[in-house]
Amino acid sequence: MPNQKDSPDRSVKDSQANGEVLRVIGVPRRRVDARAKVTGQTRFADDIVLPRMAHCKLLRSPHPHARIRKIDASRALAHPGVYLVLTGKDLPTEYGILPVSQDEQALCLDHVRHVGDPVAAVIAREELTAFEALDLIDVEFEILATISSPEEALATPAPRIHDYGEEGNVHKRVALEFGDVEKSFAEADEIFEDTFFYQGSTHLPIEQHAAVAIKDPEGKLTVWSSTQTPHYLHRALAKVLQMPAAHVRVIATPNGGGFGGKSDPFNHEIVVAKAALLLDRPVKICLTREEVFYCHRGRHPVLMKFKTGVKQDGTITGMHLQTLIDGGAYGSYGVASTFYTGALQTTTYHIPRYLFQGCRTFTNKPPCGPKRGHGTVQPRFGQEVQLDKIAEKLKLDPAELRLGIVESPNTVTANYLRLGTVNLSECIRRVVKASGWKEKFRQLPEGRGVGIACSAYLTGAGLAIYWNRMPHSGVQLKLDRGGGVTIFCGATEIGQGSDDVLAGIVAEVLGIDTFDIRLFTGDTDLGPVDLGSYSSRVTIMAGNAALQAAERARELLREAVAIRLEVPKERLRFADKHVFDSAAPEKRVPFHEAICLAEARFGTIGTVGSYTPPKSPALYKGGGVGPSPTYSYTAAVVEVAVNPVTGWITVPKIWIAHDIGRALNPPLVRGQVEGSVYMGLGEALMEEQEFRRLPKRLSHALVHKFPSMLEYKSPTSLDMPEVVTELVEQADPRGPFGAKEVGQGPLLPIMPAVANAVYDAVGVRIDEVPITPEKIMKALAEKKAGRAPRYGPNHFPHIDWPEALRVSPPWEGGDGNAVNDVPSHRKPRPEKDKVLSS
Amino acid sequence: MITLPVESRKTSHIRLTLNGEQVDVSFAPYKTLLEILREDLGHTGTKHGCELGECGACAVLLDSKPVLSCLVLGVECDARNVLTVEGLGLEGNLHPLQDAFADLGAAQCGYCTPAILVTAKALLDQQPQPSRDQIRVALSGVLCRCTGYLQIFEAVEAAMVKIAEQNGAAK
Repeated sequence: MPNQKDSPDRSVKDSQANGEVLRVIGVPRRRVDARAKVTGQTRFADDIVLPRMAHCKLLRSPHPHARIRKIDASRALAHPGVYLVLTGKDLPTEYGILPVSQDEQALCLDHVRHVGDPVAAVIAREELTAFEALDLIDVEFEILATISSPEEALATPAPRIHDYGEEGNVHKRVALEFGDVEKSFAEADEIFEDTFFYQGSTHLPIEQHAAVAIKDPEGKLTVWSSTQTPHYLHRALAKVLQMPAAHVRVIATPNGGGFGGKSDPFNHEIVVAKAALLLDRPVKICLTREEVFYCHRGRHPVLMKFKTGVKQDGTITGMHLQTLIDGGAYGSYGVASTFYTGALQTTTYHIPRYLFQGCRTFTNKPPCGPKRGHGTVQPRFGQEVQLDKIAEKLKLDPAELRLGIVESPNTVTANYLRLGTVNLSECIRRVVKASGWKEKFRQLPEGRGVGIACSAYLTGAGLAIYWNRMPHSGVQLKLDRGGGVTIFCGATEIGQGSDDVLAGIVAEVLGIDTFDIRLFTGDTDLGPVDLGSYSSRVTIMAGNAALQAAERARELLREAVAIRLEVPKERLRFADKHVFDSAAPEKRVPFHEAICLAEARFGTIGTVGSYTPPKSPALYKGGGVGPSPTYSYTAAVVEVAVNPVTGWITVPKIWIAHDIGRALNPPLVRGQVEGSVYMGLGEALMEEQEFRRLPKRLSHALVHKFPSMLEYKSPTSLDMPEVVTELVEQADPRGPFGAKEVGQGPLLPIMPAVANAVYDAVGVRIDEVPITPEKIMKALAEKKAGRAPRYGPNHFPHIDWPEALRVSPPWEGGDGNAVNDVPSHRKPRPEKDKVLSS
Repeated sequence: MITLPVESRKTSHIRLTLNGEQVDVSFAPYKTLLEILREDLGHTGTKHGCELGECGACAVLLDSKPVLSCLVLGVECDARNVLTVEGLGLEGNLHPLQDAFADLGAAQCGYCTPAILVTAKALLDQQPQPSRDQIRVALSGVLCRCTGYLQIFEAVEAAMVKIAEQNGAAK
């Protein structure tokens, strides 16, 4: 394949394969679910059609903020073909993805908080009938003042969008200080202060959310849904419907794209479940594209202020970061998102002292949540653009500057994140070399430029959404006499290839072909819990669980075969669907016979595996967001062409290197890298979840500017540049066969690299995304007028920050606890050195 | 009084060729080709992402030309020839495009894949040796959010070579 230099040396013996050559892992393979996808047989949620199935439509609020005075559904109920109308009182229990933000109702009881908030549901024989009947529901609203921005939320404590949170319309405020940052600024040679704005964007999966619910013949509930997190949906359904969880089954259908947008439990899923139980017939809902924009849970708009102290050589002495976050109308993952805006700054470059203050406000817009790179994308943009400014001021090459400050592997950062392998330097060197950076940077003709940026991302969140001591992922394997192997796991296929990860690992261990394996995934009844497809956790967590289950199965087979072949079991190897004596390969039994031997000896062959992330050394309150078993690293060089007359910007080529640990299936890994580059380019250049006020003579309501795919601009096949992808493969011992994440990390460097390249091309700083021709023109006009050649925010509002929790960094004698936290929050750290070094 | 919902009043009737087979179908007159394929003919391989002609996910070939089936009324399709993803491969064999997409990572979530496959087929039928730019233009009406398109282009090019080889062998 062109543009790809990702072939590991196949002869290299792998530590996790006991010195054997890998036959499946690392070899480019057709993914296990490819045939279904290219023949149109993959059954997405809306493809499910059941006898007697009714259809559901939701009546959504036309107002951004209002009280519901009265709902009268009698006309709708009388409409021919309508079976049922549900309103808020039918589903009053509050829910939400985070235990601390149980602030949603499936149908708003008395308060709507954004245009699109659901008020009532019609279930009818036909979809069109349900749609027609929505017009027949009479709702009396009392309009409330709209909060349209975080600044307005800070200034407007009433009316409150929610009656919880810090106060007024402030949802969450956090402050964490790791070492004395003021002192670090006093030690700096230069101090840089920069303000950035990162606009919100949405996931825009091509598949609209859909769900089907049935009351099964035993009277239990089954819900099929395009969800990334069937386990969390399972819990939310049990809570809201007040049913035993054992009577609820959730089946995550393969998602037609997720990107984080299908990670919350959604009102429409709960509504069809309730309706199916009441009507005793299947009920389906498929959202319209406009409704998908209202579901949102996308990228938070974030205003950021960075203050960074550096030495003349580029060494960072300390950093103070403030973030102001537009949360939209509900909590969603927002508390985690808030912490994430400050969590990963320390993972790429050594920052000895660090102060983070973050504030999330409620506004009357569709709720923001996790989108690819969750909460870390916005501050990464600011950090990497600021580094470019620092390099320029210090007269350093930005690539060299970064190489000089890359954080070391296997260290604990100032905010107590334990890093695994760190191959960021190699990533930087690769893109510098491949792009011809040294010949291009500051040397291309006017209008052409290159920019560099780096990033890191979690390989799985270290903590579950709800606190518990159980594994984050489980796998069951069943081996049958015919040689078939079945994998049961809660992991959810959202296109990233989670099924193929599981099959590849099991096939490698057992010496079989991935197509000999059958998978049952994303089903809460059939498989053990996997927390879901979010935080880039599936490969490491479900993968390690699969590895453990497969190794346990191999052990049973090995014992039985050793007796049959009369060889020491240590000599047995599994490959090419056989178990053979490595000293005399002609002594062997076929794989299916090995299963029969094992079954005769031990009974039915089934094994389990599970995975729990290592404990984090971050014991302070808020330290639950950011820890991961290990982190991926990425560096990218972007080349841009900017027309200095029109501001028109195009991206002809991108070079990207990703520290993956090991590529389990190289074409899929490359697809994740390029897909991330694509999505990052969309955010860099055009994507905006924007709102506008209707004219005063109308309702003056705050409405989504363009809830359609035509007006919400996303890159097409014409916009995608050439991408040179390089994979840096040094196995990380924490990952299955050394693998780290790839689904999200490669998105992060793209936006800042584009901004840095624009500066190289035309000498203007665009300190916000998207970087549009209009903004470039405005900055060029500033430059021409002799003012600061820049477009971006100039002001960060005053926020009453709480006293920071003060945590001494490891090198200043800290133990991971905050020194000023209430004693009950402090956790004992008797074996401090052991925890820090493990 | 008629209590039959609008959608159930199947007063339109057409006979078309779907994936090489003649079929009859009755449906409510406002329905689009997309709705008829998915709801009345059980061909759910064709997807939808907006039903407004914006995303391209519902592309099918109508008399060998790619159309957005969400913008074509069913009543326009009488006596016409429709090809969907279900009709791409023949007798249990995948079409070279399907093979290439499967092997080269061109299908991630697979949701836009049926539309891209039939659109690429129309291109290769018309222009057996398209350039990369011609492929970009031909596929620009179908949005893919997963792949970044590059592996799709490569798969189309790989299929192009395979088809040329097959045609060469057949001669």
